[in-house]
Amino acid sequence: MTAPPKTTPAGPTATAGPTRPPAAPAVRRAAVRKRLVPYWLLLPGMLWLLVFFVAPMVYQASTSIQTGSLEAGFKVTWHISTYWDALAEYYPQFLRSVLYAATATALCLLLGYPLAYVIAFKAGRWRNLLMVLVIAPFFTSFLIRTLAWKTILSDGGPVVGALNTLHLLDLTDWIGLTQGQRVLATPLAVVCGLTYNFLPFMILPLYTSLERIDGRLHEAAQDLYARPFTTFRKVTFPLSMPGVVAGTLLTFIPAAGDYINAELLGSTDEKMVGNVIQSQFLRVLDYPTAAALSFLLMTAILAMVTVYIRKSGTEDLL
Amino acid sequence: MPLLRPTGHWIRRNLVVIAGLGTLAYLILPNVVVLVFSFNKPNGRFNYEWQRFSTDAWSDPCGVADMCGSLTLSLKLAVWATIGATVLGTMIAFALARYRFRARGAVSSLVFLPMAMPEVVMAASLATLFLNMGVDFGFWTILIAHIMFCLSFVVTAVKARVMSMDPRLEQAAQDLYATPAQTFWRVTLPIAAPGIASGALLSFALSFDDFVITNFNAGSTVTFPMFVWGSAQRGTPVQINVIGTAMFAIAVLCVLAGRLAGSRRKRSR
Repeated sequence: MTAPPKTTPAGPTATAGPTRPPAAPAVRRAAVRKRLVPYWLLLPGMLWLLVFFVAPMVYQASTSIQTGSLEAGFKVTWHISTYWDALAEYYPQFLRSVLYAATATALCLLLGYPLAYVIAFKAGRWRNLLMVLVIAPFFTSFLIRTLAWKTILSDGGPVVGALNTLHLLDLTDWIGLTQGQRVLATPLAVVCGLTYNFLPFMILPLYTSLERIDGRLHEAAQDLYARPFTTFRKVTFPLSMPGVVAGTLLTFIPAAGDYINAELLGSTDEKMVGNVIQSQFLRVLDYPTAAALSFLLMTAILAMVTVYIRKSGTEDLL
Repeated sequence: MPLLRPTGHWIRRNLVVIAGLGTLAYLILPNVVVLVFSFNKPNGRFNYEWQRFSTDAWSDPCGVADMCGSLTLSLKLAVWATIGATVLGTMIAFALARYRFRARGAVSSLVFLPMAMPEVVMAASLATLFLNMGVDFGFWTILIAHIMFCLSFVVTAVKARVMSMDPRLEQAAQDLYATPAQTFWRVTLPIAAPGIASGALLSFALSFDDFVITNFNAGSTVTFPMFVWGSAQRGTPVQINVIGTAMFAIAVLCVLAGRLAGSRRKRSR
C-alpha cells in the first residue's frame, strides 16, 4: 500500500474546461502534476487487481492447456483436449449448475419481489425494521445458516412431515425433485438452499429501484381507472426493471458457481460444477482439469450475462 | 357463506403483504433454528436433532478446541482486509468519480469484473498463481485474496456517494480561500464518509464470512467459516450456534442503534 499522493483532488472544473494560454514553466509543471493525480490514485488499487485478479486468470488459462504431474511439474503443451475430456465427463454437473441456478433465481424473484414491494410501499414506519430483518441474517455465517436447513429439512422434521401429510412428497418424487420420503440430499433441498442463500441479493436491488418510483404515478394510474394489477403490470414492474436485472445477475452468477449448498444439502447426484472444480483442485490435484472447468464456467457465465443485458436493454446499468 | 367472504376479501386485498411476510419468515427461519439449537444438548456429535434444553454451550462458548482461535483469526483478517480494501478502493473511487482520463472505461470494467465472477473461478485461479509461484499458503495469501475481492465493493459504494455530491460545496470552500488540502479534509472527505463507511462495513462482512476463496487459498490455516465447514464433516459443536446467534444479535443491535442515532440527528436539525 502506498500512501495517497499529496496533491488532492480539486473540483471537477480542475481538469475540464478550455485550454489555457501558455504559462510559465512552474505553472505548467503544476498542471502536469495535477493531470497525473488520477493515475497516482489508481496505481496501487489497479496494481492489486492486475496482479491478483487479471494475472491469475491468464495463468489459469495457460494451466488449462498444460500437461504433467505434480512430481514432474506441469508444462504448456497446448493440450486442448483437456477441455473436451472435462466437458465429456462433467457436462451433467455443468447443466445441473445452470438449471439449479436458473430455478433458484426465478424463485428468488418470485419470493423477493413481494417483500421488496411491501418494504418500499406498504411498510410505513416499519420500513427500517423490515430492512434490518432482511440484512441481519447476513451476519450469522452463511455456513451456519445453511447447516440449519439440515435441521429444518431433516427426515423426521416439520417440512417432511407437512409435505407428507399433504401427499406432496409423492408428487415431488414423481417429478424427480425428491426421492422417497426424504427432502434432504435431493435437488429440492439444494435449490431451496440456493434460493435462501441468494435471496437478499435479489431483494436489495429490487427495493432500491422500487423505492425510487414516484408514488404519484400509482395515483395517476388509478385516476385513469387502472385496476391494481394493471397498475403493477404497466407502471410498477416496468419501472423496477433495473432492479430485476441487477437482482437476477447478482443471484444467478454466484448460484451457478456455488458448491456449498450442493455439498451440505445434496448427495452425490446433486453435485454442481463448483463441486467438481473444488474436488479436482483441492483433492484430486488435477490442476489442468480444474482450470479448464473454471475457464468454461467463467466464459459461459460472461456470455449469458452479456446476452441477458443486451436483451433486457439495461446496458447503462453497468 | 357470509362469514367467509370478508376473510377472503381481506386476504385478497393483503395478498402482497402476506406473501412478503412469508418471504421474510423464510429468511429468518434458519436464524431462529440456530438460536433454538444453541440451547440443545445433542446426543451424538451432530447438532441437527433436538434432544433437551441446556445452557452448557452458552456458559462455555470457547469449549471446543480451535474454534475461538479460528474466530480471532477471522476477525483479524477482516479488520486488515477492510483497511486495505477501503484505502485502495476509496482512491480508485475518487479517481473514477472526479477525473476524466484515458482508460477510464477499462478501469471501470476491471473494477466491475470481480463482482461478476463466480467466486470459485477467482479462488481457483488465484490459488493456481500462488502454487506456481511457490508461495506458502497462509494468513498473507488469504489477506491478499480478501483485499482483492472486497476492493470492487468499496469502489462501488464510495463512487456512488462522491458522484452524487454537489460540486459547488467544494467550489464554495475554495472561494473562501481554503487550500486544496483543507477542502479535501474538511469538505470532501466528511461528505464522502457515509459511502466509505458502508464500503468498509461491507468489506468487513464479506471478508469475515468468506468461505470459497479462503478455502482455496488458506493452506492449513483455519478461519471461522472453514472451521464450520470442517465441523459439518466431523461433527457440529453447539458452540457454533452460540457464535452464530451472538453475531446476529450484535449486528441487529448495532444497526438499530445506528438507525436510531441517525433519525434522532435528523429530527434535531
